[in-house]
Amino acid sequence: MLRSYPPQIVLEAVLNGLLTGAVYALVALGLTLVYGVLHIINFAHGAMLTLAMFAVLMVHLGFGLDPYLAIAPLAALFFLFGYGLQRFVISPASRNDDGAILLVTLGLSIVIENALLAVFRSDTRSLTLDYSFSIVDLGFALLSLPRVIGFGVAILVAGALWAILALTDTGKAIRAVAKEKLGAALVGIDVNHVYAVTFGLGAATIAIAACLLMPSFYVNPRAGNAFVLVAFTVVVLGGMGSIPGALVGGLIIGVVESLCGLYLGDSLGQIGIFLIFILVLLLRPTGLFGARA
Amino acid sequence: MTATDGFSRRHLLATGAAGAMVLSAPGLVRAQAAPVKLGILQPVTGNLAQDGEYGRIGAEAAINEINQAGGIKSLGGARIEMVFGDARSNPEAGTQEVERMHAEGVAAVVGGFASPICLAASQAASRYDLPYVVDVGVSDQIVSRGLKNTFRFGPGFGTCTRVAIENLVKLNDAAGKPAKTVVLVHEDGLFGTGLAKLMNERLSALGFQILETIAHPTPARDMSNVALRIRALNPDLVIPSSYYGEFVLLARTMQQQRIRPKGIYAVLNGAASNFRFVKEFPDAALNVMDCNHWADPRKPKTAELRRQVEATGRFWLYNVPLNYSAVKLTADAIERAGSRDRVKIIEALAASTFSDHIMPYGPTKFENGQNMGAAPVNTQVQGGDIKVIFPDAFADAKPVFPVVG
Repeated sequence: MLRSYPPQIVLEAVLNGLLTGAVYALVALGLTLVYGVLHIINFAHGAMLTLAMFAVLMVHLGFGLDPYLAIAPLAALFFLFGYGLQRFVISPASRNDDGAILLVTLGLSIVIENALLAVFRSDTRSLTLDYSFSIVDLGFALLSLPRVIGFGVAILVAGALWAILALTDTGKAIRAVAKEKLGAALVGIDVNHVYAVTFGLGAATIAIAACLLMPSFYVNPRAGNAFVLVAFTVVVLGGMGSIPGALVGGLIIGVVESLCGLYLGDSLGQIGIFLIFILVLLLRPTGLFGARA
Repeated sequence: MTATDGFSRRHLLATGAAGAMVLSAPGLVRAQAAPVKLGILQPVTGNLAQDGEYGRIGAEAAINEINQAGGIKSLGGARIEMVFGDARSNPEAGTQEVERMHAEGVAAVVGGFASPICLAASQAASRYDLPYVVDVGVSDQIVSRGLKNTFRFGPGFGTCTRVAIENLVKLNDAAGKPAKTVVLVHEDGLFGTGLAKLMNERLSALGFQILETIAHPTPARDMSNVALRIRALNPDLVIPSSYYGEFVLLARTMQQQRIRPKGIYAVLNGAASNFRFVKEFPDAALNVMDCNHWADPRKPKTAELRRQVEATGRFWLYNVPLNYSAVKLTADAIERAGSRDRVKIIEALAASTFSDHIMPYGPTKFENGQNMGAAPVNTQVQGGDIKVIFPDAFADAKPVFPVVG
């Protein structure tokens, strides 16, 4: 079953894996941020990604807007959507009970997915763009242009998110709430507002990920789930709540998936991801960059 | 509930349209014969919706044509009235619709598209001695159950694969045997795995060297790895057996990765004989060959029907000519039976020598329900069009093989 491949084929598989991994990282960023601050697992993450992908499709078909130009408006729109969702739906409905939050986000995912199914049917759609199948020729490897762009933007977004958290007042408030909710409230931080801002940031990263995915990927009402399952593994590998962890974890998972796909076949490609998931839980439950309990 | 609503609306539309036609062509109304009801079963919702829609277009075209030409003459010029059933892409719904069609008194049922739907629906029809003409369904189980009511106009899986391999060898020999090494790419479900296994055994026996058999899941997110492996193996020939979406992804990735084998030869592939693929991705589709159902390009009626379909902004898919021909075959049997009696229609079908169809089959001859003359043809994407390249009797273009580039 295993065969040896020439080095440049393996190298190309590794590079492909890094490029895919950056998008995994971006999807995982939103998840890990929300977990780190709100301490909830957002089960609606996949459905929101699907929603964002359909939004990219619609602004392209409706207004002819290029997916990459849609990044700014859609990120802003999804920030507001996420903010509103946390402030006016999740928070009031959950009454500060973690179990209830879990169920609310699960319910949201069902509502969003089925609304999409009702509107768009179960058909698989994709965008046709001039550059969808353009390549970057590195001399030793041919890389897909949309993935190279996706990689670059994903790294930039991770950097920007880190900067927001480290350098701005809002970022400091978010970190304060993440560390000590009661203390943060006592020094005058509006905890509900910070929660909603965090959820909004998470939603905005999903919108950006959708813009980066659509030039080379298809969408149907269940498309987002495939990424979120991987993103959960990334979050666990990188350390729950850690932003550098999500980035490094995403890249590692991307490479593992690509190499497994090359050597074991695409039907078994994801086996490596879940092996890692199990190994991390066994050997290093806090993840690569997780805070020690 | 929705199906019933849909039906009554369609029923109303059909009646209205027929009424308008009668008004516009008063010369045709010679006798006031009651219409003959014909069940048309297609999956027009669910994941097979596209195929079902095109099947219905073909069936409707045939019914309109027959009615405009004066209906069933041996029944006093009785019009054919379509009773449409949506198989909703699953066998259970197909069975329910056949039950309903029976209750409405149809003389015969045509269609089904997918093998599981055809299997279940024809079995349901057999309980009422209701003639059932399969349009596409390639599973050979369909005609091996000894059901007297079931007829398949098109070729089955066994015939398709046998012809595909025979034609590949002829094609390769005629070009001076440029292809020696082969990579098989298949989806990892029943269809792709079965086909790849068969191709693997037969092609090895014929002297081809199978370098590797690569499986991929459906749906696949990415074909980069499959393309990389093909590039590493550098085969003369790539033989894919995948569904539409995955094959399109593979062809586009191979084009992107500049992988240019001497030929891509698909068997019963959803994409390589689909104009959607050709129009949307002309570069990736160029020179891809397929062995599949296809209308006879030399018959004038084929061109006429194709123009008619394309004028409505639709693609020319094989579902159209297959259903068009299957409905005409059924109408011919009703004509010769001179009766609405189902058993008489079954007898007329079994004795059919119908040749006024647009498939490359010759006169119809049923043995145990299978049309023995039915065979697939080889098509190739050339210059933005799908051309028949093999067999010579039906070809409207020369094969481009090996592909140089």
